[in-house]
Amino acid sequence: MSDIRLILAGLGRKPLRTGLLIFAIFIAFLIYGVLAAFQSSLENAAGPSSSNRLVVANRINFTQPLPVAYASRIQNVEGVADVSYSNWFGGYYQEPRNFLLTFAVEPESYTRIYSEYVMPDDQRQAFIANRDSIMVGRSVAEQYGWQLGQQIPLSSNIWRRRDGTSVWPVVIRAIYDGKDANTSTGSVFLNYEYFDKGRSFGNDTIGIVQVVTADASQNDTVAARVDAQFANSRAETETLSEQAFNAAFIDQQGNIGLIILGVTGAAFVTILLIVGNAMAGAIRERTGEIAVMKTLGFTSGRIGRIVVGETLLLALFGGLLGLGLANLLTNVLSGIPALNQFFGGMRITREITFSAIGFMAALGFITGAVPAFNAMRVNVIAAFRRI
Amino acid sequence: MSDSDLIVLKNIAKTYRRGDEAISIFTDLDLTIPSGDFVAMMGPSGSGKTTLLNLLGGLDRPTGGTILFDGAAIEKLSESQLSAWRAANIGFIFQFYNLMPTMSAARNVELPLLLTSLSGSERKQRVKTALEIVGLDNRASHKPKELSGGQQQRVAIARAIVADPKLILADEPTGDLDRTTAVEILEMLQLLNRELGKTIVMVTHDPAAAKYARRELHLDKGTFEERLT
Repeated sequence: MSDIRLILAGLGRKPLRTGLLIFAIFIAFLIYGVLAAFQSSLENAAGPSSSNRLVVANRINFTQPLPVAYASRIQNVEGVADVSYSNWFGGYYQEPRNFLLTFAVEPESYTRIYSEYVMPDDQRQAFIANRDSIMVGRSVAEQYGWQLGQQIPLSSNIWRRRDGTSVWPVVIRAIYDGKDANTSTGSVFLNYEYFDKGRSFGNDTIGIVQVVTADASQNDTVAARVDAQFANSRAETETLSEQAFNAAFIDQQGNIGLIILGVTGAAFVTILLIVGNAMAGAIRERTGEIAVMKTLGFTSGRIGRIVVGETLLLALFGGLLGLGLANLLTNVLSGIPALNQFFGGMRITREITFSAIGFMAALGFITGAVPAFNAMRVNVIAAFRRI
Repeated sequence: MSDSDLIVLKNIAKTYRRGDEAISIFTDLDLTIPSGDFVAMMGPSGSGKTTLLNLLGGLDRPTGGTILFDGAAIEKLSESQLSAWRAANIGFIFQFYNLMPTMSAARNVELPLLLTSLSGSERKQRVKTALEIVGLDNRASHKPKELSGGQQQRVAIARAIVADPKLILADEPTGDLDRTTAVEILEMLQLLNRELGKTIVMVTHDPAAAKYARRELHLDKGTFEERLT
């Protein structure tokens, strides 16, 4: 504990410099926290993922349809425990700017497979039993003030009805919550049968098939079996893990991961140079003090540890402040109804926190290494000759 | 070597290299300092006074010969062993005080105790006692810049004695002080020697300062000439 006092004394030598270094680190981790939370929210917005769920899509592109009959054929593939299917609906409420993340799904199997969507059983049964039902996420319902039993006009700029209109009257029969804080409640689901019977084109086709395998260890085998079954057909398939499919879906918007890596990487390298250079300068200024400490009996190793302790403390203090503000910001952003639909899962997760602390520790050690080495090498006699 | 001898230097040689040139400071220096002695080391610039002080304090190693401290040869100790040895046995007083500017007087005095296994409360008590000895217990919370030169040197003396070392090495302790303050500091060193039995080796250029020691050693051209004060 006595070294903590020496570390604080070292940092307190030039309060303005220490403050500016903390501020630079604070900004870097604020950027990292917000961007990492943004990436996490995009992953959540693309849909939940489970280790034993696969997604079967058209081999050409997941925007190309598959025959609905594929679902029942896949059900019979060895190793498949459950199957559901869905189709992208798009959708908006009243006017196009009120965009809704909407999918047409087979309600019974879909709500069975996606246990992340939690709702009372009577609402689930009502959603399954009535063809004109929709199931909406809590954040969407709150955004538009929707209630159970309310009929709303759901429009699509893709799917026209047989009567030539594009407004689909539907009734809200279920409002779901997320099983945990990371599950987005920003989607709307309507009954596939209602959608398929009503649309003017593309009937008996679906977008994707969701497959639950008996065991995650069988995923690769099951995926190969499914794709083999439809090889050389008019709609060949490509089966991916749900996580990989979601990542591909996000990548349509651009490689978010690469952008985050680029921005935070540039920030970190800049901070590394600033802190490393400032600390090296600080140690040069303190050559006399280090010589006195060595004279009193402090070993080179202990002095090195104190210097690294200073950079580590700087990185942790600035970094945790930045991450704390990022957490506050993401909570505020995800609490805004208009943003919640897309960024409902935008929060600093445990994984983000742990990785950020890892980066802080790395930043502290790397920026402290050279100054600590220089401090350890201070020659007492030469230092006293200079002062 | 008798039991009362704290330091014995035998055939000490010290050579520095400056480029290809070897500069010899001592070739065959002998010196004995008994426990409880107060030695003023004088001599012209470049005579090797500070080099000798560095050798006595384990900050430098001789090129030849041996330095016995309490009967043990210190030149054979490793760097980390020397650090521990210094922490346990030597108190240093510098011309320019060399206090840590961001720490209070009490924290400065406590520094050597951070190298011991003493508890926080024991350290606090020792610091209080050391500051009382130098008459600065009422300035414990002051930082060096809030103290006069003489007060800073007294804090440095408190730092030198707080760990109860066997030997105090003082390099021009009054070199940066006015005459009145210098006398106060020298009287304090004399008190530490006479009342607490501390062995002191002081390097000085000032003959008046040297009078406070029990004996003067004049170092010139690698040999000593001794005068009793």
